[in-house]
Amino acid sequence: MTDQTQPHHPDGNPSGPDADKHEADKHDTDKHHTDKHAADKHDAGRPHTDKPHADRHHAPKPADEETAAVVSLDTAGGAMGPSAVPATAQSGKIPGGPETLVRRIFTGSGTVSVLAVLLALILGGLLIALTDKQVGATASYLLARPTDFLSAVWNAATRSYVALFQGSVFNPRGGGIGGQFAPLMETLTIATPLITAGLGVALAFRAGLFNIGAQGQIIIAGILAAWTGFALHLPVGLHLLLVLVAGIIGGAFWGGLVGYLKARTGAHEVILTIMFNYIALYLLRYLLNTPAFRRPGESNPISPILDPSAVYPQIFGSQYRLHLGFLLAIAITVFVWWLLNRSTVGFEFRAVGANPKAAQTAGINVSRSTILVMAIAGALAGLSGVAQVAGTEKVLTDGVAATYGFDAITVALLGRSTPWGTFAAGLLFGAFRAGAVQMQIQTGTPIDIVLVVQSLIVLFIAAPPLVRAVFGLNPRRKKPVTAGKSKTAATTGGAA
Amino acid sequence: MVRVLKLELKGITKRFGSLLANDHIDVVVEPGQIHCLLGENGAGKSTLMNVLYGLYEPTDGEILIDDEPVSFRGPGDAMAAGIGMVHQHFMLVPVFTVAENVALGAESTKAGGFLNLEDTRRKIQEISDRYGFDVDPDALVEDLPVGVQQRVEIIKALVRDARVLILDEPTAVLTPQETDELLDIMRQLKGGGTSIVFISHKLREVKAVSDIITVIRRGQVVGSADSGASTTELASMMVGRAVNLTLDKAPAQPQETTFEVKDLTVVAPNGHHTVDGISFSIARGEILAVAGVQGNGQTELTEAILGLQERVSGSILLDGKELVGRSVKDVLDAGVGFVPEDRKVDGLVGTFSVAENLVLDLYDKAPFARGISMSPAKVLENANSRIGEFDVRTPSAAAAAGTLSGGNQQKVVMARELSRPLRLFIASQPTRGVDVGSIEFLHRRIVAERDTGTPVMIVSTELDEVMELADRIAVLYKGKLVGIVPAGTGRDVLGLMMAGLSPDEAHADKLHHRDPALGNDPVPGNSPALGNSPTPTSASRAEGGDHD
Repeated sequence: MTDQTQPHHPDGNPSGPDADKHEADKHDTDKHHTDKHAADKHDAGRPHTDKPHADRHHAPKPADEETAAVVSLDTAGGAMGPSAVPATAQSGKIPGGPETLVRRIFTGSGTVSVLAVLLALILGGLLIALTDKQVGATASYLLARPTDFLSAVWNAATRSYVALFQGSVFNPRGGGIGGQFAPLMETLTIATPLITAGLGVALAFRAGLFNIGAQGQIIIAGILAAWTGFALHLPVGLHLLLVLVAGIIGGAFWGGLVGYLKARTGAHEVILTIMFNYIALYLLRYLLNTPAFRRPGESNPISPILDPSAVYPQIFGSQYRLHLGFLLAIAITVFVWWLLNRSTVGFEFRAVGANPKAAQTAGINVSRSTILVMAIAGALAGLSGVAQVAGTEKVLTDGVAATYGFDAITVALLGRSTPWGTFAAGLLFGAFRAGAVQMQIQTGTPIDIVLVVQSLIVLFIAAPPLVRAVFGLNPRRKKPVTAGKSKTAATTGGAA
Repeated sequence: MVRVLKLELKGITKRFGSLLANDHIDVVVEPGQIHCLLGENGAGKSTLMNVLYGLYEPTDGEILIDDEPVSFRGPGDAMAAGIGMVHQHFMLVPVFTVAENVALGAESTKAGGFLNLEDTRRKIQEISDRYGFDVDPDALVEDLPVGVQQRVEIIKALVRDARVLILDEPTAVLTPQETDELLDIMRQLKGGGTSIVFISHKLREVKAVSDIITVIRRGQVVGSADSGASTTELASMMVGRAVNLTLDKAPAQPQETTFEVKDLTVVAPNGHHTVDGISFSIARGEILAVAGVQGNGQTELTEAILGLQERVSGSILLDGKELVGRSVKDVLDAGVGFVPEDRKVDGLVGTFSVAENLVLDLYDKAPFARGISMSPAKVLENANSRIGEFDVRTPSAAAAAGTLSGGNQQKVVMARELSRPLRLFIASQPTRGVDVGSIEFLHRRIVAERDTGTPVMIVSTELDEVMELADRIAVLYKGKLVGIVPAGTGRDVLGLMMAGLSPDEAHADKLHHRDPALGNDPVPGNSPALGNSPTPTSASRAEGGDHD
């Protein structure tokens, strides 16, 4: 190309031709199969490769032809940009190349999350249909009237999902505006602990740590918060503040301990957090059987009810369970976003998470970061514990954490460990939980189906290529063009 | 035994997505020829060879052997067709013997499925004797020096009847002496009828051994030359513009000594003394280059200074302050600029933006942070000025550092470390995997830093680089300081020191054995031969392509 004669590229805009190509590439995304044609056209334009079989490809459709021309134009301008061949091309890894807009949208991990949810819902719908009586009945004369069967499948799935929606967002049969939006309030209530615990997992994950211990952190926070709530009797305001602080300290301690052990002894955080979950749970069970925690006159392991001054106020009055903890969760999401993206601490976390060796070489204290991030992650999970005892339950039982600590892992995963992604994923899972009850009541679909859908989501997120394959978003494999084949093609020529 | 074979690559094009790694490359390897592919890192040499070896399928183009088109579905096909490849990183099982390694993948068995190594052993002995490889078939590979391991790789290819041998950057891991031995071996193989495709970016070696040199730049053949071409001409073809290979460097003006290392010993976790009682000092305004074959304690030495090593004894004084036992942060704050040897592992966070990487060890200092709150605007401002100053080729300051080419990544690291006032500057392998054009720039920056009165320590395994930058040269061997010699000490003496001889022994030894291969051209860029200038680019390509 002209490149050889051209003087050294002006340094001012090294990305000039590349940028142009970016623009143009947007038009031909996912048209990889035309590349070959493009190459051939490219080929034909060059004097030295003007060999007889340069046009060996089968006559392309007019549309392909057109695209090919565009591509060939693009590459002529683009591939010659400065440092067109990154080092990765050498090492055998296939480089992503400059990403085009559409490809970024479709192959970006955020999209995979959405598609994973969609795919899980579809499979969940099929499962629902499988358990449906009507579907079973129509299946017996499937061949005679397949439409009956298909419509039964469709009905079963949609009925369940409509019920799920009505139970989680908006119920048109609810009494008045208040009743109609009651499901949404319930969704937000359930989402609150999911969001904060999810943030705890997400934050640790960004620092390269897999925090399986949200469950234990919730429990310890719950113990401390609940005790502060029912054992101390303090003025309004101060009491709740103290409950909050107690919960945060409890979670931070339980998480920070894991960080400390990892930093000092090198023990793996996954093992540590799993074990710490057990310790927390059995500690809770033990405590609930001690006089300090057991409600007087009660034989079941249940604590006294928290003081009214120690619980979160309900945001929209006493008819809904939605409490101040949800607003706090929003604020915490903002805080975590700031921490990760705008603070030196978050910079350290991310650096340690992405490349601990480089972080260390740059003077970042990796041990300190590990301890600190686990403490903060624990504190975030601790807020979930507070939301449980001071928000929804108002007592301490051995089921205080439910499965929030484990669901938080899924939430963080679905949210791609970004603060707002986690927030959104928390809302979604809150909706599943809230709606599942309604779904079972209305349609008899078992609640467990929601768990299956949740599990499927995780499964699909863990396998992005699978999701992309299902939705046909994988870059198409190029048709193998081997030297031998092209020879055959050349000899048979257009006659083939 | 060896049949001659003509290999032809015709119009090879390899595309990764929208990236054109090879663009209609035509190369003809005549029988019994040493054909060198010269090009910068990332020019597309390795991609081309991987296509030839059946690891990649070409997007377009064909491979002809003795004018017959062939198609390789994998390395197995390539091997069967008589093509052997010695990778830069050896594919050997360390705990196997030479014979076992050679047999691996093509084991012959006796009745009952028992391994028959006798055959292999005999073949190895045969090849070893013929070419003077001096390889014992029963030695464990892990006990062999790197140079001999490489010969095992070559034997592996020859046993499988390779008639074209691809050597991918074979000298990167060798001492200068081992390199010379390898070049000898290559000549012998050529004499025996084996063609060799020699991939390198080191001009000196290329000139010493090649029959024909094909220069590749940005995926295209930009010209060809024979070994008579001058290094300057070849470098210019590689880079695409005139390159000044010799650094214009004013003589050092050493001032007071502010950096001193005394009896430094570093003990590895396994109890091994990786740095063993080293003492040296560097004056302000002076460059001390530490030479040595990779893995002789250089990494540990620099890491000990930075505070990354755990078990360090002795003393490291900078401006009279003890650095041993201090944290990395303290050392950096004391004014040490540090360029680690492996930028991808230690120098950069690949997923971080260029801007973030440019403040990787400054992020918590003003003006980038107030308290714990960072200022993205200041980080970006800094990035834009550094990118301009160091000519970092990046789409934007927000691009992930991992997507940049090696040279530009190195510029990011250098720009960061040189962007604050320094009391000591340490750079390990400052130009490893960096294109020739950037090397020139980075070297000038290092000298400029010296000229501002900073003591500079360069660690490099590239002798050319050491000789070019150094005001004094320290040679490490097995963790010990072999000696410190003045700049201008000959390549052969340095080479012998790198093999463990003291400076006196090295000088004495040199007098006995003049190296026949390279002794006559010790300084690159000084070649008087200008008669055979490289053919201009596009013309030769057009001709080369029209063979059929």
